[in-house]
Amino acid sequence: MKHPLTKTALAAAAFASFAVPSFAQDSIYVPLLTYRTGPFAGSGVHIANGMRDYLEMLNQRDGGIGGVKIVIEECETGYDTKKGVECYESVKGKNPVLIGPYSTGITLQVIPKAAVDKIPVLSMAYGLSASADGTNFPWVFNPPVTYWDGASVFIRHVIQAEKGDLKGKTIGLIHLDAPFGKEPIPVLEALAKEYGFTLKLYPVPAAQMQNQGSQWLAIRRDKVDWIYNQGWGAMNPTAVKEAVKNGFPIDKLVGVWWAGGDDDARAGEAGAKGYKTLNFHNTGADFPVMQDILKHVHEKGLSQAKKEQVGENLYNRGVYNSMLIAEAVRTAQKITGKKAVKGEDVRRGLEALNITEARLKELGMEGFANAVKVACDDHNGHNKVFVSQWDGTKYVKASEWMDPMKSIVRPLIEAEAKDYVSKDAGWPKRTEPCEKG
Amino acid sequence: MDLASLLLAPAFFAFDLLGLLKSIFVTPFADMAAMPDLLVQTIWEGLVSGVLYALIALGFVLIFKASGVFNFAQGIMVVFAALTLVGFHEKGVPAWLAVFLTLGVMLVLAIAVERVVLRPLVNQPDIILFMATFGLTYVLIGLGEFIFGGEPKQMIAEQLYIPRGPIDVAMLGGRVTFQKIDIAAAVIASVMIIALALFFQYTRIGRALRAVADSHKAALSVGISLNQIWVIVWFAAGIVALITGIMWGARSEVSFGLDIIALKALPVLILGGFTSIPGAIVGGLIIGIGEKLAEFYWGPLVGGGIESWIAYVIALGFLMVRPQGLFGDKIIERI
Repeated sequence: MKHPLTKTALAAAAFASFAVPSFAQDSIYVPLLTYRTGPFAGSGVHIANGMRDYLEMLNQRDGGIGGVKIVIEECETGYDTKKGVECYESVKGKNPVLIGPYSTGITLQVIPKAAVDKIPVLSMAYGLSASADGTNFPWVFNPPVTYWDGASVFIRHVIQAEKGDLKGKTIGLIHLDAPFGKEPIPVLEALAKEYGFTLKLYPVPAAQMQNQGSQWLAIRRDKVDWIYNQGWGAMNPTAVKEAVKNGFPIDKLVGVWWAGGDDDARAGEAGAKGYKTLNFHNTGADFPVMQDILKHVHEKGLSQAKKEQVGENLYNRGVYNSMLIAEAVRTAQKITGKKAVKGEDVRRGLEALNITEARLKELGMEGFANAVKVACDDHNGHNKVFVSQWDGTKYVKASEWMDPMKSIVRPLIEAEAKDYVSKDAGWPKRTEPCEKG
Repeated sequence: MDLASLLLAPAFFAFDLLGLLKSIFVTPFADMAAMPDLLVQTIWEGLVSGVLYALIALGFVLIFKASGVFNFAQGIMVVFAALTLVGFHEKGVPAWLAVFLTLGVMLVLAIAVERVVLRPLVNQPDIILFMATFGLTYVLIGLGEFIFGGEPKQMIAEQLYIPRGPIDVAMLGGRVTFQKIDIAAAVIASVMIIALALFFQYTRIGRALRAVADSHKAALSVGISLNQIWVIVWFAAGIVALITGIMWGARSEVSFGLDIIALKALPVLILGGFTSIPGAIVGGLIIGIGEKLAEFYWGPLVGGGIESWIAYVIALGFLMVRPQGLFGDKIIERI
């Protein structure tokens, strides 16, 4: 008979191997931190469906990426930072090729862990804007645009609408009173100085998301000309409803790309026609990639989305996010010559990411999105953005693709990154060699 | 710091202090006088919020009076009732029939809570019952998400003939906008509160409830069925939850985010007392109006967003004067 301690150790080892299976040998493990429950589920469900369906489509149509099956596993965060960190800890031992935290709060928590655990963080158009500085954040990527880029494109749009003169204008930022909501403040403050407008801030605490009467009354008092909405979850439909209710000109309410859910606009009913949101991909299900999703995933009953939701704005956002994941993995396979790549390989793939128009066409995404390029020192690319407008039933493209004000945004990013690093005495100096796309 | 700066510092300090005092004690009142229409608008917004807070608080008070239990699940009951209503309508049930079916579901829930949660825990310490309502909250969240999914839904306001649209009134040199839905919310909530107050004051069941609230043992000794009273009270709280869900849902959307709003009832209860229906009403109005005025006139001093905690400051301020709340029963115990 074996010693009881040996038996216990064997049992523990067996349990540990059961609890944390490794997916490195013959598959690509992609954990998806999603939220299908809680107060932010209204936005989270559609993104989760889009992300999962694109990866599932690759599995069904192509047998995965480069012939290697993708293992998709969702972890429910409820958009709660604590739960998100628990999710990260539970998946990190399973050799994930990257982590997409899908919350700025969670992103801020996992950024310091990325270099230690050798797991790249892909916070697609969210998270810490300063992490676009690849020199200081070699393991963090946030393409195609930062919140600061978004705020600068919003101001560019206002300048166009106001025929170049913002002096004497009042621009308000209504935002979730959380790290995500506060992100655009530094760049809007810098732009207020540059263009001579008055900036007013209207924070909405999470507990008041569905009770914004005071904020909209203050907007009326301050005679605000334009409003930028950095909201999420239940805050967005309420903001649209309040704008309609208070008679605020709806075409002067512009949401960040996360405030562009179809349900957000629908909440305002007929009065929401004209509501605007920034975007970096198109809506609709006519693109070949969406047709493939319908054919290979939806028709086989493998999707959790309703058919009419395929092509909605936030669903397509999820598809776009997974396209970036898949292209990073593909690039990593190309660079390393390995099929079953690991986190360290995909970090290199992300840094060498160069999705050209030709590649988008191959992906069935011609006209769906714009080209994206990431570089060693620039982990974002500061790519182009456009304005979408709600026509009463769907979002339609309402402007040309616009460049962010990189000359203003980039120095702020570098200064902020330097500041972030200087506050953390043990922050590691970049040792990873640069990848070229 | 050079000498000149050092010498100037107290002057700057005095200047800042004066400025601060002015912005706390003078500017807000000057703004109120300069734009009285906005003051009326703010008070109206606070009044509407207050009535809705009072409705939520009422659900807590009803259950606390009958069983001494602080029902943590009241917030999720609001969400569950509203989702059930919308869910029935999505299945093709006419709106008014959906209301009655939802009431049926809330009755079944009340019976289930009494049988499964309360009855087995009779004579257990209050904290055990409180923890049981925690469990109930998560069961209802899970059940709600399982049945209805996590996506938000639009309240069927139009089908329920809840009026919408603004009424603009020119007054005090400006404009005050009253939303028809807010007027409807205030009227419905007031009728509901009066009806409940009359029911518990003048009916046999109401008197039985008050007897149970005073002493479970005494009530049992005169033949009052504790179980029956609990079902009635939980059902009444379910009705209140449905009305609250309809009104809040129509103002925003029906989602699990509404659960958070229930937390606004806590300062109302601290202020009004856990056992008083008039306390819930007056407390709701004080908190509703107080937080809107504070956010609108004093919020900008600290960058805004004070609404979520200022209600507790107001409630704690009252608590220092009346620890049992404005209308709560004064507890006198012999040592």
